[in-house]
Amino acid sequence: MDWIALLILIIQCFVIALGVTTAFAYLTLFERRLLARFQNRIGPNRAGPNGFLQPVADAVKLFFKEDVVPSAANRAVYLLAPAMAVIPAIIIWAVIPFGCLDIRGNWQACFEPQATTPLQNILQVAEINIGVLYLLAVTSIGVYGITLAGWASNNKYSMLGGIRSAAHLVSYELALACAVLAVVMTYGTFSTHQIVVAQAGLWGIVPQFLAFVIFMIAATAEVVRLPFDLVEAEQELVGGYNTEYGSMKFALFFMTEYIKLIAVSAIAVIFFMGGWRFPGLYTLGAGVENLAGPMAASIAVGLASLGAFLLKLVAFLFLSVWIRASWPRMRYDRLMDLGWKWLLPLALLNIVYTAVAFVLIPNETLASFVLLALGVLTLVIAMGINRVPKPVDNVTYVKDLKEMG
Amino acid sequence: MEPIQIPPVDLTLIAPLLTITAWAIVLLLVDAFLIPDERKKLTGYLALAGLAVTALVAVPLWNVDGSTFSDMVVLDRYSLTLTWLFLLIGGLTIAMALEYLPRHGIEQGEFYPLILFAVASMILLAQATDLIVIFLGIELLSLTLYILTGFAYPRVTSEEAGMKYLIMGAFAAGFFAYGIALIYGATGSTNLAAINAYLAAEPFVLSEQVLLLAGVGLLLITFGFKIALVPFHMWTPDVYEGAPTPVAAFMSVGTKAAALAVLLRILGSAFPLAYEFWLPVLSVLAAVTMLVGNLGALTQTNVKRMLAYSSISHAGYVLLGVIVATERGVEAFLFYMLAYALTNLGAFAVVIALEQRSESAWSLDDFSGLFQRQPFLAIAMAIFMFSLAGVPPTAGFIAKFYVFTAAYEGGLGWLALIGLLTSAIAVYFYLRVVLRMFTRDPGRPVEPAMDRGLHLNITLAAGLTLLIGLLPMPVVNLVERSLVALGL
Amino acid sequence: MDTLIFIITAAIALIGAVAMVVARNAIHSALFLLLNFGAVAVLFLLLYSPFLFAIQLTVYAGAIMVLFLFVVMLLGAERIEDAPDQIAWQRPLGIGLGVVLMLVAMATALRASAFAPPPGGEALATFGDPAALAALLFTHYLLPFQITGIILLVAVIGVVVLNQRGRHRSEEAGREDARTRRREDARR
Repeated sequence: MDWIALLILIIQCFVIALGVTTAFAYLTLFERRLLARFQNRIGPNRAGPNGFLQPVADAVKLFFKEDVVPSAANRAVYLLAPAMAVIPAIIIWAVIPFGCLDIRGNWQACFEPQATTPLQNILQVAEINIGVLYLLAVTSIGVYGITLAGWASNNKYSMLGGIRSAAHLVSYELALACAVLAVVMTYGTFSTHQIVVAQAGLWGIVPQFLAFVIFMIAATAEVVRLPFDLVEAEQELVGGYNTEYGSMKFALFFMTEYIKLIAVSAIAVIFFMGGWRFPGLYTLGAGVENLAGPMAASIAVGLASLGAFLLKLVAFLFLSVWIRASWPRMRYDRLMDLGWKWLLPLALLNIVYTAVAFVLIPNETLASFVLLALGVLTLVIAMGINRVPKPVDNVTYVKDLKEMG
Repeated sequence: MEPIQIPPVDLTLIAPLLTITAWAIVLLLVDAFLIPDERKKLTGYLALAGLAVTALVAVPLWNVDGSTFSDMVVLDRYSLTLTWLFLLIGGLTIAMALEYLPRHGIEQGEFYPLILFAVASMILLAQATDLIVIFLGIELLSLTLYILTGFAYPRVTSEEAGMKYLIMGAFAAGFFAYGIALIYGATGSTNLAAINAYLAAEPFVLSEQVLLLAGVGLLLITFGFKIALVPFHMWTPDVYEGAPTPVAAFMSVGTKAAALAVLLRILGSAFPLAYEFWLPVLSVLAAVTMLVGNLGALTQTNVKRMLAYSSISHAGYVLLGVIVATERGVEAFLFYMLAYALTNLGAFAVVIALEQRSESAWSLDDFSGLFQRQPFLAIAMAIFMFSLAGVPPTAGFIAKFYVFTAAYEGGLGWLALIGLLTSAIAVYFYLRVVLRMFTRDPGRPVEPAMDRGLHLNITLAAGLTLLIGLLPMPVVNLVERSLVALGL
Repeated sequence: MDTLIFIITAAIALIGAVAMVVARNAIHSALFLLLNFGAVAVLFLLLYSPFLFAIQLTVYAGAIMVLFLFVVMLLGAERIEDAPDQIAWQRPLGIGLGVVLMLVAMATALRASAFAPPPGGEALATFGDPAALAALLFTHYLLPFQITGIILLVAVIGVVVLNQRGRHRSEEAGREDARTRRREDARR
């Protein structure tokens, strides 16, 4: 490895680490303002124009708070837990392609499934042949921070939050992984970049609609956001696993949650929304090359793809804030029911659909639409069966009383 | 991406295995969705039918020979005979369990498919010729047995037995996996024939093959555990006592038979060259097993524990047939396994008949004066005890005779001598049961629970034990024709 | 470079393993084991097996250890009990035998034959590539692959069988209770 490549790598890592933390800070503002809108309030608008400096103020406040370690806590693990939470959330970004900017000006390589010359994409840190598996591996490790924080705090509520998180995250990881597996089967590759490249015609949401729905539900559960935030249900558990944490250590947990939210949204964009692709990107590249040469074309394609990616990402983040504003929290047994009895079987069914459809139907476009139809049909049937059980067993209806006279 | 070409496989060679596995899976679904809770016996009958069908499927394969799945499984007469033996063991176990489970309030339909899975794994072991397949077969067998051992879940002893067996079994599996890794490192293959071919290709010097020897040693530890050879036998009495009695009966013959069968194949077809290493080790183990098993049984007043120790000692005897590694040894092994299976399952069936709900005594006193109360049970038990002790004219006598002559001819005269001496010790505690049944007065009244299944079971086992003892030739003919190409 | 990474990782793996055995607190043990798993995963990377790296992390670190932690936390069993050790005499014996075993293993390893390259061990170019691994699973190792499926099926059955008893009944009973209660309420 020559030193320029190493330098580029280091710069990339820096930019991404700083970028996601900044994104986290402004996501909190974005969310608070939006939630306020949803709830017919105004939201934070005092610090700076339109509350633009609010995250800075928050950060400063958190930094200067007193750093307390509870005396009965298991000190080493207590201090380790926030780090174990935040590190996976950041390293997950290594395989996410933000766009495609070839620094050698070979912009066509971005669109070739089997690139003749190796691509030098600086908008993705690591293009590896097990990218998707890496994503799954790193998400699966993310449990530790929360679980250990709950245990190390030596507090009953924290402990309950920690135990809940372990059970909850392991349950939803299965459905998540199975949904992702179907995507991998569709495109026949583990590489995130190749998956994006393969979505040239149809975006992943068409063949994998069912997987998309499962992924969105499971991913929301995986980042423990409403309506799946049983881990920190404040009415039951005070603050859950982070009850005993204050100051910057609390901020790290907070950060983890939001960075993970951004990350799963980015993953959803890559798998189901064509990643950095948008119609006309190739034409744009060709047009700019005619005008100003390949290097400019490469930069144009890179910036345009980056912009498209970020736009889609923001749309997904908006969706997730919307979901948070709209749904109440689930009950714990319902949460487990949903994960094990609905999402996992549906995800397995989807794998079967995918395998059968692509083997039996040689035309890929046709197969994709057949899969879409199957997915929608399955979802409709599942929703038809899955009625919320009537609370007959512990409720006495007034009309029953009247009937009895 | 070019599609993966699945190589051609010959499914007829694993037809019995496929039949029974498919039957088990379908039965599981049928049991869950079609059979109501109060009629779970139906599942048992269906499982018996599955065993019978499998036995029939295996018949036309008698003259078929060959291997498939990249030479990972083989079909030969050796495996076919063992298949029938395993099916017989499974059938007798299910027949015992049909009444036992509801009487003890632990009836659940899954019991029968699990037995089928266990039998399937045993068949797989009989056919396997690759260490990886053997490992998986052992794991499948162990896993089903862990579940079955803990099947009487609310009973603490059952839970304890399941837990104990699980932990010890997990260790044993670890040894096996490590052993495979070392053997692969030494020879570059996990296929038994390929290992032998590699070792035979160059002059074989035992002391140079350190890695190989370590690997074989680890494998032997696992087999020691599965067969319950001394000093790896500690779990046996506890687990047999705690497990539901039909499961204990199944384990005492099924696991041993499968593990010994596969041990014979491994030693014979992969490591015949290393016999200087494994022969002394296994000889000592066999000798110690015979001694400790029989001495341990002497002091037991609990019949189930006594049978557990007796099963340990019998493992020692049958190991003689395995390690002499001659054709006669293999014949003796097969014959012994058949005789022992019939006898031991019969003895356990009698124990089941006398076993009361929510009681864990299995006391020898319950047998006092059994002849006056239940002459049928007493006579059957006497036959089984004579057979276990090796008294003519029972199958057990012929089996022991077979094994000891094989050992003597194979140059293991001293082991045969130890076998004879320990058999003499064994006569004491087997006959003690018989004497109690016929000479003592009845102690407390025990209401035996006899039903059709158990009745048939005991009659069949006792009848066959006597019949084979009187007319051994048909069985001898069978085992003589079911030899493996062992590279002997 | 590779050697340096190897030495560091191997040292971490060893430290993790030893610390896991020595630690008095079950949670600490679990964390050290996690460290060990992570180090082993990196060793797989050094051997050009990215697939094994990912699987090691997902399966061992991500699933098995989480369940371990879950159970230990749920039972509150993280502390070693203070009750006197029933089998205290086994500890020195175990350590002694362990040392003997290690000496024997080292003596073995120092002999040349143990270091000879394994027969047939030339790594393929596609070694560790997910696609090559998949091809192997569906061709040469087809049978073991299928048997593994059966093993997992049996394990699932086992979990269900050992858990459903009792629970099944109490649920039924609970529903019955609720029904009678409702009827009584209605009557009143």
